[in-house]
Amino acid sequence: MIPPANLSHPVSSANASACPSRETLELLLLIRHFEETLLRLFQSGKIHGTTHTCLGQEYIPVAVMPLLRDDDFVFSNHRGHGHYLARFRDPEGLLAEIMGREGGTCDGVGGSQHLRRDRYISTGVQGESLPVAVGAALQLRRKKRGGLAVPFIGDGTWGQGAVYEALNMAALWNAPVVVIVENNGIAQTTVRSANMAGNIEGRARAFGVEYLRCTGHEAEALQARLAPELDRVRQSGAPLVVEFETRRLAAHSKGDDTRTPEEVAALRAIDWGADYQARWPEIFAEVDARMRDRMAAIVEEVESRALSSWSNR
Amino acid sequence: MTNTGERSTSERIIENLNRALHALLDGDDRVFFLGEDVLDPYGGAFKAARGLSTKYPDRVLTTPISELGFVGVANGLSLAGQRPIVEIMFGDFIFLAFDQIINFAAKSVSMYGRRVPHHLLIRCPVGGHRGYGATHSQSVQKHFLGVPDLDLFELSPLHDNTALLPRILARDHPGILFESKVLYAQPQLGEGAIDDLFTCEFLDEERMTAHVFVDRDPQAILIASGGSFPACWQAARQLLLEHEIEVQIVVPFQLYPFEVQSLAPLLSTAPALYVVEEGTAGGTWGAEVAAVVAEAWPHRAPVRLIHSADSIIPSARHLERDVLVQPENIVKRVSTDLHAIHPRSHHQ
Repeated sequence: MIPPANLSHPVSSANASACPSRETLELLLLIRHFEETLLRLFQSGKIHGTTHTCLGQEYIPVAVMPLLRDDDFVFSNHRGHGHYLARFRDPEGLLAEIMGREGGTCDGVGGSQHLRRDRYISTGVQGESLPVAVGAALQLRRKKRGGLAVPFIGDGTWGQGAVYEALNMAALWNAPVVVIVENNGIAQTTVRSANMAGNIEGRARAFGVEYLRCTGHEAEALQARLAPELDRVRQSGAPLVVEFETRRLAAHSKGDDTRTPEEVAALRAIDWGADYQARWPEIFAEVDARMRDRMAAIVEEVESRALSSWSNR
Repeated sequence: MTNTGERSTSERIIENLNRALHALLDGDDRVFFLGEDVLDPYGGAFKAARGLSTKYPDRVLTTPISELGFVGVANGLSLAGQRPIVEIMFGDFIFLAFDQIINFAAKSVSMYGRRVPHHLLIRCPVGGHRGYGATHSQSVQKHFLGVPDLDLFELSPLHDNTALLPRILARDHPGILFESKVLYAQPQLGEGAIDDLFTCEFLDEERMTAHVFVDRDPQAILIASGGSFPACWQAARQLLLEHEIEVQIVVPFQLYPFEVQSLAPLLSTAPALYVVEEGTAGGTWGAEVAAVVAEAWPHRAPVRLIHSADSIIPSARHLERDVLVQPENIVKRVSTDLHAIHPRSHHQ
């Protein structure tokens, strides 16, 4: 159940303390174990290519996806495993995709950062999906059923001109786009202070686009905060930028972290996982163990599958 | 236009194109039209869009100066099941939209493991001869060659846009139509006699590959891009009248992938073969055609390439003229190659 929203100020850990539902906790920890499993599989040479894990950011798609309908378009990015898992709860399909095995979401052709399923689509080029989202949103508005186009981007994505061209057109044409910004403060290895003048709020408001800032890492409280905002966009069509202050716990990709161990340790100390574990130790331990076992079983099963084939090209 | 003789129609090419666009928007409410300054009464920089926004106001979008952005918007409309047409004001600006064209539109068709239709037509005015200078005169076609699921087409006076544009847009993958700006004001031609000497027929049922000839065995064939057809036509007249060399001209509507099958009856008899285009030297469309021909007929003589100089396009009339392919360049090249210079007594 979703707790009632406190609309008077941004949600944070300090003012929302309800224990998350088992379902929410399962999804959060499924994503966490999925990502940690991937890093281990890379280390042992069982996966070819690259990956970008969302460790530390799992709660954002867990908060957002339940608010989206089947006819909404979701645009994900290179760091998109959490988005996919929260949308479809299909770790088998995603792992098979990344391992190039039968039953992969895109038969192993797309890989980690090029996934497409129904109205979910991801790409590895920063900012590319924003103008595309505006076009999809125009058609959704034409259908008059309240559909949304929801691109997920990072703070680094704001370096791309496509973002501004898209915000301008979305505002001009009243395109129901909700941009979810996962601001983890670092673009690959470049910290925000080295690549962004001003801030995201100022950039959104410059186009007359509504802006909402979300702090804290309690998925259900964030979801309750967002629900009326998304409903408003469904009704009005006016685009919205939602910025989540978050943190990336792992490297950009596999082993390319230039931050000091102390910096990363400081982030881990304020991680949602550590916080949840401390506040709800029993249910956390139970679900954590179950998701760890589930991922281990999934790896074993997917590894036993045949290599994928690319027949419909 | 320096050619003489009867015309098959009094319609201008821009009018034929405009009629084709009207028919597309009229016949299918999934068709959108996007571009800069495309609303009436202006109707786009070259007037191809004239009347569209008045008749279809909810499906014609005039955009900000954001090529990357509005090609992306068209991609989003396509993703949502629509069939957008995009106008790039000057072809040189299409580079701003390269990511959306290559990385999204073309790759989306196959990079997700199974074929996903992506309907999109990008119209792209190109070419020089108007003194607009380096950033408004380029022939950009060669930069889009060799992209999987991206078809390239070129406007010509011989091809009927009202028949061909619907077929491009019905394909399950994106296409770019390059349009030589100097063609717009010229008469729309077609099958039949195009002047007192030359006749046009199509080599295929879809009427994609035009064949322009005099009723004799040719000594050379020019494969011409649509935009270079007028120069080739003028050169062919001159070669015939002044040098007694008969050349035929083949004009494919589809530049890439280059379809060689319909040319088999012509090319297997092995006269000299040239590819003529306005694009500048290096990595040309002609080089692609030559490679395809060499693959199909390994023992033919090499295909010869006629193109503009290795240069930016300068503004001043005399400088631009020196860079771009002119009819006399074609005449000189072909007549010299064939060692058959027999000037007639009455040449001008």
